[in-house]
Amino acid sequence: MELSRFVTIGQYIATESPVHRLDPRTKIGAVTLLMVVIFLVRDFTGYALLTAFLFGIVVLSRIPVSHVLRGLRPIVFLLAVTLILNVFFSGIEGGQVLFRLGPLVVTREAVVRAVFIGYRLIALVVATSLLTFTTSPVELTDGIERLLRPFRRIGVPAHELAMMMTIALRFIPTLLEETEKIIKAQMARGAEFERGNVFRRARALVPVLVPLFVSAFRRAEELALAMEARCYRGGEKRTRMKQLRFAPRDAFAMGVTVAASAIFALPFETWVAFLR
Amino acid sequence: MTPLIEVRNLTHVYNAGTPEAVTALREVNLTIGRGDFVAIVGGNGSGKSTLAKHFNALLLPSEGEVIVDGLNTRDRSAVWEIRQRVGMVFQNPDNQLVATLVEEDVAFGPENLGLPPDEIARRVQDTLAAVGMLEHRRREPHLLSGGQKQRVAIAGILAMRPQCLVLDEATTMLDPQGQREVLETIARLNAQGVTVIHITHAMEEAVHCRRVIALADGRIALDGPPAEVFRRAEDLKSLRLVLPPVPALAHRLRRDGLPLGQSILTIDHLEDELARLARQRLAPRSGSGEASETADGAH
Ligand SMILES: Nc1ncnc2c1ncn2[C@@H]1O[C@H](COP(=O)(O)OP(=O)(O)OP(=O)(O)O)[C@@H](O)[C@H]1O
Ligand SMILES: [Mg+2]
Repeated sequence: MELSRFVTIGQYIATESPVHRLDPRTKIGAVTLLMVVIFLVRDFTGYALLTAFLFGIVVLSRIPVSHVLRGLRPIVFLLAVTLILNVFFSGIEGGQVLFRLGPLVVTREAVVRAVFIGYRLIALVVATSLLTFTTSPVELTDGIERLLRPFRRIGVPAHELAMMMTIALRFIPTLLEETEKIIKAQMARGAEFERGNVFRRARALVPVLVPLFVSAFRRAEELALAMEARCYRGGEKRTRMKQLRFAPRDAFAMGVTVAASAIFALPFETWVAFLR
Repeated sequence: MTPLIEVRNLTHVYNAGTPEAVTALREVNLTIGRGDFVAIVGGNGSGKSTLAKHFNALLLPSEGEVIVDGLNTRDRSAVWEIRQRVGMVFQNPDNQLVATLVEEDVAFGPENLGLPPDEIARRVQDTLAAVGMLEHRRREPHLLSGGQKQRVAIAGILAMRPQCLVLDEATTMLDPQGQREVLETIARLNAQGVTVIHITHAMEEAVHCRRVIALADGRIALDGPPAEVFRRAEDLKSLRLVLPPVPALAHRLRRDGLPLGQSILTIDHLEDELARLARQRLAPRSGSGEASETADGAH
């Protein structure tokens, strides 16, 4: 009960900002574009500009910076491993040697590349979490459904995917609550979850997972019946209460993102040469 | 005017033709009128849910016919019209809410009907107000209490503008507060003209309906106004059904020799009746002592 009562779905933060008001399709499109750009940027100026751009969006969306940074916590370990591997085992032959550590040679090139890769990871997480911070799950699934709709002709089940996402989001808190209940019930029967090695702990989870799965299947069956009783027959003929509409601000936001992406992605020298 | 639901000779067999065949309903005949408020009671496995699922074509008869507002549930092209007319609320409030926001969930039914967006928005607004959940429209369903979830589920059905609301043990999993919320809501809806079929284990809930149908072993065992059905204590007992508390008390007082009226259903009723008896005994000061002592004891 305790934990799940406070779980809000996704990471949405309702600070009514201009970014929140954008159409979800615009935001999904912009973030997808930025993700591509993050991999295309090749020089320091590009990264500096990209950082400034992302920071600008954070400020505009009124999401506390501390919140954005906290979103990076899950990738700290991954980041550390990536940095270490790339610094010490870069496989770059030659280059300017910075220092040696036994048989390991650290070159300037390796450090630069490690920093770039680390930066890309961070930028990716920040960009995507900006999307989930400013877009409610409902808008997100709606946006994905509409964006995928044109691909239905080639067999992409747009409506079904969105429906699955919605139901998953709807049932995550319910199933969390249930997991807690089962764990407590098993603990009351003397089960131990915090003792022993990894294998013992994994085995202790079996009596939790089995009833959880049984109940999830029963829930699925009842939900299917309830949906049928409410005239659900797939995406055909179905309308939506909330209509998504592009506003002038969406065109503006998309234009800015496209222009900025072009600036970031082209190397600095190209721009210098171009402007001369 | 034709009746809303007409069940003719309905027999339902689960897993027909296999060794596990179960006959859940046997030759049931039943007519439910428009605007009625019907309670269906019966023990576990007596066929209540099976019967309910025939009202909106979730199940089709093995034999016989179910006609809803003139539409035969066997007619495949009429299935969606039937389900729009007869809405169904289930026992577990958690397993019937689909969406991540209350208002989105209420919109689910009308969206399936293909209504225009502004019409859906209007209905969501109206029905949430009708069940007293308007101020929770932007909340996530899992943060609501059981009674609130069940009222949202009712709103989701009402938004399809059905003529009939079937509740299959919709109060069973709720605490007393939640039960009261749901019962008050359906009583109000019935007063506004919605036909209500309330399936319940709690016999005291049947007291407030206009008609009680008791199922036993897939057949209709008793059918009539609550006053009539609950008078037949012996029949109910043989069906392994218990009387609701107040009629049970009245029955025992009567058995002990107190000349109470036959149709006592509610506590107010019983109080009036006892007061009447007491006045009768006290005023002429001539009654035999024994019965009035019992009356005092009951008070
Ligand atoms: N899907 C099914 N498959 C096979 N048999 C079933 C199925 N559903 C119900 N039955 C059987 O049909 C009979 C009637 O069941 P039903 O669910 O209609 O009873 P009920 O009155 O609703 O009981 P409860 O009070 O437990 O909800 C029971 O014997 C039950 O075991
Ligand atoms: Mg049942």
